[in-house]
Amino acid sequence: MTSYLVRRIVGMVVVILLVLTIAFVIVRLAPGDPAALMLGPEATPQDAVELRARLGLDRPILVQYLTFAGNALRGDLGTSIFFNRPVTEVLAGRAEPTIFLALMSLAIALVIATPIGIWAAYRRGSWLDQGAISTAMLAASVPSFWTGLMLQRWLATELGWFPAAGYGGPDADFLERMRHLILPAIVLGIVNSALILRFTRASMLDILGEDYIRTARSKGMPERRVVLRHALKNAAIPIITIVGLTFALLVSGAVVTERVFNIPGLGNLVVSAVLRRDYPVIQGTLIVVASLYVLINLLTDLLYLVVDKRVRY
Amino acid sequence: MAAGALSREPRFLELLFARRSVAVALGVFVVVLVACVLADVVAPADPARMSVRARLTPPGDAYWLGADAFGRDVLSRLLHAGRVSLTIGLGVALISSAIGIVIGLLAGFYRRLDGALSRLIDAMMAFPDILLAIALVSILGGSIVNVVAALSIVYAPRIARIVRASTLVVRELPYVEAARALGSSTRTIMTTHVLRNIVSPIVVQSTFIFAYAMLAEAGLSFLGVGVDPATPTWGTMIAEGRQYIDQASFLILFPGIAISVSVLSLQIIGDGLRDAMDPRLAKDL
Repeated sequence: MTSYLVRRIVGMVVVILLVLTIAFVIVRLAPGDPAALMLGPEATPQDAVELRARLGLDRPILVQYLTFAGNALRGDLGTSIFFNRPVTEVLAGRAEPTIFLALMSLAIALVIATPIGIWAAYRRGSWLDQGAISTAMLAASVPSFWTGLMLQRWLATELGWFPAAGYGGPDADFLERMRHLILPAIVLGIVNSALILRFTRASMLDILGEDYIRTARSKGMPERRVVLRHALKNAAIPIITIVGLTFALLVSGAVVTERVFNIPGLGNLVVSAVLRRDYPVIQGTLIVVASLYVLINLLTDLLYLVVDKRVRY
Repeated sequence: MAAGALSREPRFLELLFARRSVAVALGVFVVVLVACVLADVVAPADPARMSVRARLTPPGDAYWLGADAFGRDVLSRLLHAGRVSLTIGLGVALISSAIGIVIGLLAGFYRRLDGALSRLIDAMMAFPDILLAIALVSILGGSIVNVVAALSIVYAPRIARIVRASTLVVRELPYVEAARALGSSTRTIMTTHVLRNIVSPIVVQSTFIFAYAMLAEAGLSFLGVGVDPATPTWGTMIAEGRQYIDQASFLILFPGIAISVSVLSLQIIGDGLRDAMDPRLAKDL
């Protein structure tokens, strides 16, 4: 158990170091001088020399890499060129909407997908089952920004049920801000429910065929209890993993959805950073998001131990 | 070998079309593909011809799917744009498979490389696809070639992971041992004996990547960091139509349907292929 933990944590550290390296290399893949690229066509050669010196681009590449990695590991992701403030500060300032958007849409996805997934598995082959699978597949095939645009026009602009865009302005209180996230969260939730539904159904199907379910039934245990207590408890493990994996889907979805609904979150920030060539911000977002992904997946693996006492490493 | 292939083929197709949904999806996808490839012939109008009077005409007799803000025929643009979107999807599926196969085979075959390559695959897969793609496109610059390159880098690790896992299984099988005992070189074993036997999972996964790449391209174009906005793709058509969503929502409705239908049929085909190629994996997900 302890050795498993140590091995996993060492593995995680290696992967995070590689993530840093990839983020460093990506920006260096740019053809030409990064400083000139960041400054754009209007800059003078003098500006480029100054920026190169400020960013340390005039030093040997290995020194640059080690400085970059060392700083990043200490939580310093450099300085945003556009905002002229530390990247971590810029990211932290934009994190709130994205975190709540992700949590709300995950909650929506779970509320939609788990009961339907359980029911579809229980009534395998029925019209409900087939309908659920087809709908899930369709939901995974529709671009989320398209769903967003359509629902925005229909539910917000035409029917006025939700705010059409934004995050309520600078003076909005917490509830008002959350109200602005409901529709975007529904859009993201629909996309993510597809994956969760398929996994819930598949893992329930596996469990429902097990001997102990037959035993429970033959004892005369009420069906409700068989499905919800015995089956669901054991099906929960694969469902937990997939919730960890949907994190990447949530972030990708958030990038696009925040753009549709003009929510000032991390997704919107990174797209603006791309358009402004603010490379430190792009790099910083990549590092933070990928590290979070690695961490979340480690946590979901460890959750196994809590949910299923039989799992021992 | 030839006789074996012949006797296997009908069973494979039978299995593939056993589910009606797979046959329908394949039919739909072929129709979309042919219509887009033959866009020059099939399209009712020149996709670039503008007409001030036809500006934002709703779908009707003259313009089946309406006309856009420049009075261009939406159906014709949809067909021409589809050619680009499908090419990007196919290009990404092929290139990411090629990269993934090489990395996966190396990792699966050489124990010494495995640790490093596997960690690299893990690290690449820690980046959400759209995020990594926009970072890469922002560096490489937006063009069709660069979008294909960026998305191929994004999706190659998925193939690599599958190839590695399959290689680890196949390399221990008796016939590989036999080939080695007969003196086949590692390269021959890798390409003829192993690769040929792990084709199924690669084909299945690259079908899904074809679908994801089309979704991702649309997303990138919508964000304004994909191909040049002047190039019609289904994604750029939606991005362009967004300004007119209140007057002419059909401008984003049809390209959205085109993407969804293509992606959905690819996913159904992928599922069907998986079940037909390896019935043991058949899990009606």
